[in-house]
Amino acid sequence: MSIYAVPFHWRRYKERYRLLGTKCEKCGSTFFPLRRICPNCRREGKPVTIELSGKGKVYSFTVIRTPPEGFEVFAPYIVGVIELNKGPRLTSQIVDCSPEEVQIGMPVEVCFRKLRALGKDGIICYGFKFRPVDELGKVEKKA
Amino acid sequence: MSIATEIHRRREVAVVGIGATPFGEHWDKGLRELTWDASVAAVEDARIRGKDLELIIVGNMAGGMFVGQEHVAALVADFLGLKPTPAVRVEAACASGAVALRQGYLAVASGLYDLVAVGGVEKMTDVQAGWATAVLTGAMDFEWEAYFGTTFPGIYALIARRYMHEYGLSRELLAEVAVKNHFHGSHNPLAHFQNCITVEDVLSSALVADPLRLYDCCPISDGAACVVLAPAEKARQYTDTPIIIEAATQASDTLSLFERRDICTLDATVEAAQRAYKQANVSPKNVDVLEVHDCFTIAEILALEDLGFCKKGEGGRIYNEKQAYVGGSLPVNTDGGLKAAGHAVGATGIKQVIELVKQLRGEVEGARQVKGAEIGLAHNVGGSGATAVVTILRRR
Repeated sequence: MSIYAVPFHWRRYKERYRLLGTKCEKCGSTFFPLRRICPNCRREGKPVTIELSGKGKVYSFTVIRTPPEGFEVFAPYIVGVIELNKGPRLTSQIVDCSPEEVQIGMPVEVCFRKLRALGKDGIICYGFKFRPVDELGKVEKKA
Repeated sequence: MSIATEIHRRREVAVVGIGATPFGEHWDKGLRELTWDASVAAVEDARIRGKDLELIIVGNMAGGMFVGQEHVAALVADFLGLKPTPAVRVEAACASGAVALRQGYLAVASGLYDLVAVGGVEKMTDVQAGWATAVLTGAMDFEWEAYFGTTFPGIYALIARRYMHEYGLSRELLAEVAVKNHFHGSHNPLAHFQNCITVEDVLSSALVADPLRLYDCCPISDGAACVVLAPAEKARQYTDTPIIIEAATQASDTLSLFERRDICTLDATVEAAQRAYKQANVSPKNVDVLEVHDCFTIAEILALEDLGFCKKGEGGRIYNEKQAYVGGSLPVNTDGGLKAAGHAVGATGIKQVIELVKQLRGEVEGARQVKGAEIGLAHNVGGSGATAVVTILRRR
């Protein structure tokens, strides 16, 4: 998996670092990652790039215990489908909480983390993960 | 009128020969030997000579990643001694086999070809499990799912968790899917696993991606399967029991799970099924035997709902009442399914159709023969549902 050159990772920074998505100004649908056409409105649609809400709720989740090559150091880790406020869903790791704590409907917010290192000589991949917040949207302090 | 309907009216297509290897770990065989075993059996079953074949189509998901080999179709044609017969590889992740079959069906239905061999093959056990897991993630959205550490069991676990949350399916009923498929597999000499298991075995197996455990997951298998297709009007030259392909339909959806309208429904399956029922002029209640894509236990339950055999959220009932066994009202995966018969990715879609052909011919090993079966339905899924293919077969 360390076979790809830097541009393979770099060209996705808008979505992975800044959480940019697409909104169709005609029908109001939002999309992640970026799309060039609204699949609902097609040519009549008006897709524009917007910054998505970094807050949302856990829609579903799992705990990966048999990781693919490259993710061994993180296992077991939580992967969730996150439903963003006013926005689309996406897939992300959920961090700063244990597998026992996570549940459907739990409020979360985006944070910027290391995704993985591609071998000893490869680059380090960064991007978003999500972490729990309390009802007021604050990060829960751990004892 | 849709193009598909028009083609269907142009020429009917029959399966006139079948052949498959056992699914499992074939340490002594590579891509070419596996394909050889399945295709020679299919050609002999059709009572033709290899040179009679006008076109070869091969379903193969990831020869390049699993054994370093691309250009698989020409390799197969060469090893079968069939050059210069044209050979085409078809790839649609785990649905490669059924999409290949559909391409063969279109080739014969169009009138361009009379005798077409459609094979599927995957050689998966030459690599470490971690690498195999990584290769299979290529069937999902690599940049937006796999890149963040999602695995295939992980994707179906996300479905299972949400499904259990919305519809209250119990963990025990989910396990019943695997128990049933292992029971069927125990009567199938070609199955990867031929042992019976219990609900307790499933629930005490290792967690892979919560809530899915090891026995919720299909294995990684080596294997090949092959069918010979011919126009229905000439089929009796090759076999006494031609099986007609009444429909072979396909639909697409988002590659990523998170973008689906509803992650508990495979819209591509719903769409392909509706087209297939219309084209074959049948409804779910006419279907005698089913082969559905049970890469994970939850997938079999979704399949029965999305194919129209019960309402969304009610699939668990079928397992509570043990209807899906041979002898029940809705026999599903009589060969053991992907779970017990195995999942040699590119070959699976063809293997499913072969099981149905054997059922409709009435030549399945005793205990798992569905008596008097006339109509069979196969359902093959690529990725987490970005491709779905439904094939309806009928004995005439």
